Amino acid sequence: MEKNLALILLISPFIGFLFNIFFGKKVSKGLSGAIGTMTVIVSFLLSIFFFAQVNQNGKGIEVSLFEWIQVSNFKLDFGILLDQLSILWLLFVTGIGSLIHLYSISYMHDDENIHKFFAYLNLFIFFMITLVVGNNLLVMFIGWEGVGLCSYLLIGFWYKNQPYNDAAKKAFIMNRIGDLGFLVGTFIIAYVFSTLNYTEIQPLIIDGKTNSSLLGVAALSLFIGACGKSAQLPLYTWLPDAMAGPTPVSALIHAATMVTAGIFMITRMNFLFDITPEVQNLIAIIGAVTSLVAASIGLLQNDIKKVLAYSTVSQLGLMFLALGLGAYNVAVFHVITHAFFKACLFLGSGSVIHALHGEQDMRNMGGLRKYMPITFWTMMISTLAISGIFPFAGFWSKDEILMVAFEHNTALWVVASIASIMTAFYMFRLMYLTFFKEFRGTETQKNHLHESPSLITIPLVILAILAAIGGAINLPGSMWLNHYLEPILVGKHEVHILGTQEYMLMGIALAGAIIAIAWAYSKYIKQNFVPKVDSEIEDFSKIIYNKYYVDEFYTFLLIKPINALSNFFRTTLEPALGKVVFSFGTIVNGISNQGRKLQTGSIGLYLFAFVLGLCAIISYLFIAR
Amino acid sequence: MGNILNQIGIENYIFLSVLLFCIGVFGVLYRRNAIIVFMSIEIMLNAVNLLFVAFSTYHQDSEGQVFVFFSMAVAAAEVAVGLAILVSIYRNLGSIEIDKLKNLKG
Repeated sequence: MEKNLALILLISPFIGFLFNIFFGKKVSKGLSGAIGTMTVIVSFLLSIFFFAQVNQNGKGIEVSLFEWIQVSNFKLDFGILLDQLSILWLLFVTGIGSLIHLYSISYMHDDENIHKFFAYLNLFIFFMITLVVGNNLLVMFIGWEGVGLCSYLLIGFWYKNQPYNDAAKKAFIMNRIGDLGFLVGTFIIAYVFSTLNYTEIQPLIIDGKTNSSLLGVAALSLFIGACGKSAQLPLYTWLPDAMAGPTPVSALIHAATMVTAGIFMITRMNFLFDITPEVQNLIAIIGAVTSLVAASIGLLQNDIKKVLAYSTVSQLGLMFLALGLGAYNVAVFHVITHAFFKACLFLGSGSVIHALHGEQDMRNMGGLRKYMPITFWTMMISTLAISGIFPFAGFWSKDEILMVAFEHNTALWVVASIASIMTAFYMFRLMYLTFFKEFRGTETQKNHLHESPSLITIPLVILAILAAIGGAINLPGSMWLNHYLEPILVGKHEVHILGTQEYMLMGIALAGAIIAIAWAYSKYIKQNFVPKVDSEIEDFSKIIYNKYYVDEFYTFLLIKPINALSNFFRTTLEPALGKVVFSFGTIVNGISNQGRKLQTGSIGLYLFAFVLGLCAIISYLFIAR
Repeated sequence: MGNILNQIGIENYIFLSVLLFCIGVFGVLYRRNAIIVFMSIEIMLNAVNLLFVAFSTYHQDSEGQVFVFFSMAVAAAEVAVGLAILVSIYRNLGSIEIDKLKNLKG
């Protein structure tokens, strides 16, 4: 019973994929979208069912589907593990996934390849579920690669546009680097423990009899994997480019679900990271630096989706900071609230882009509040949430991260605080430029301004409500999430007694956010400032606007040398080698040219030579005797 | 035991064989008609067969005679193939002069 239900939960989106890829073109666009959405909703309902069960019993369900690999003492089953952590991820992956499928029906309605879009989205959900529910690292790797593939397919969905294809390739290749790390980590763990099952590794590690230096390498490799998938320094540059994909894709894959896979994996393997404090420190530092760098880039971006993309990188950085400090439950909490408000923000920006027929530059927006009230209000709530304003969801989760950081290391707290203050600034900059003042676009655009249809606004409203109240799952008083995750995070209790210090920290964070908002208000509303056109940006702003020239730096550091090297091989080395190889041919040719003169074709001569040879052999035999 | 070698010495067989073989060799070398060449080869073969049988009797060992049977069977097959080739050459060239078969000149 449980096995079958778990199987349906896993397979349902895959059926949607098969339907859409084979029959999608033949049925109407509406049906294609409806089937795609229904299959995900089925998974969502089953996730709720399992959630109820696991929440009641307090222990996970593990089902083995079939024996996968058996080599000497290494045995691996293809199994499903539905415990507190994976079900939590399932809930918001399939939940937000359903909403975004619903949204896409309307958003992608004009696209001729809508069936393909839904097929890819369904395939993505399938792989994401595989990633989350697998009971060992190798099953997770299948999902890990699968979501990477779907990300590639969906970023390059509008494949007729070459820069979009390039962005897709960039995402794929950068993820490849991380995936290699993941694989290496998996191999080391398989080598050390002869198993990859989480439930089997955990007691072995807690025993503490294993070679911890090797495990440190494993943890580091896994973290590199997480860096690639979750867009951390130095592998983050693919995520902003990934905004080339359709907006629902950005919301689903590049904000709410796939990019949190790294956090999921680290939380899954928390027992491993706990015994490798050096790696943990590295994670915390990389997280903090990423959040600061990405937030500062976000300050000056003018593309509405790019701002959100950098904000995602920055928020992921905060989550990694929490992971590095051992506060896995806090990171998970922020993943969930972030999924709510960032999905809402992306879908809202999609609604704006939809209304403006593809315009993404905020300099050509403005004044949309009057025309799109629902989009405005939902985005406003999410913006308040991401900025960390009381009492929205982001306030609680971000505040906990800051508190944890403060307890461990003041420097990290300062960095994270600056990053979150910057977040408040650029998010309100986005809101002010998009929704306030007068419309700055063309007249034709202005005449077409309209609120989006209900299929777009309903998911927005639901997500906005979640963004407003989502913090309730882990309020400082109740800490439901912490208790819920206790079986996964054995022996780790981040207990916050709300003392003076905590209230003070909350106050500082809140005050910082409000000051940032006020600053944004005075700059973009009072002084009516509109960002300059690209060519007029100067000095330090120009450096930030151009993202610290990181892409150019990578081009200079990696791509140029590799190109130069391949050019050298192509123009110099290959012809030289070719000559050497060719010379053998020439020599053989020369010899054969001499040799072929023997072949006169005259049978008489051959026979004569034959007899002569015979005589020679016979006389040799006689003489040798 | 009525061994034929008691009546005619082994050396006579050897002389005959060598003579036949040399006739074959010279036939092969001097004649230009493919069929004659072919016949010369057969003479050489039979010279060897004769020697085989003679020595087999001389050594009181029947293995040589068995071999001759084999070699004769193979020779029969070879003749069939060889003649077929000659017929085919004649059809194509209208002649079986081996000097004219120079297509294999390198």
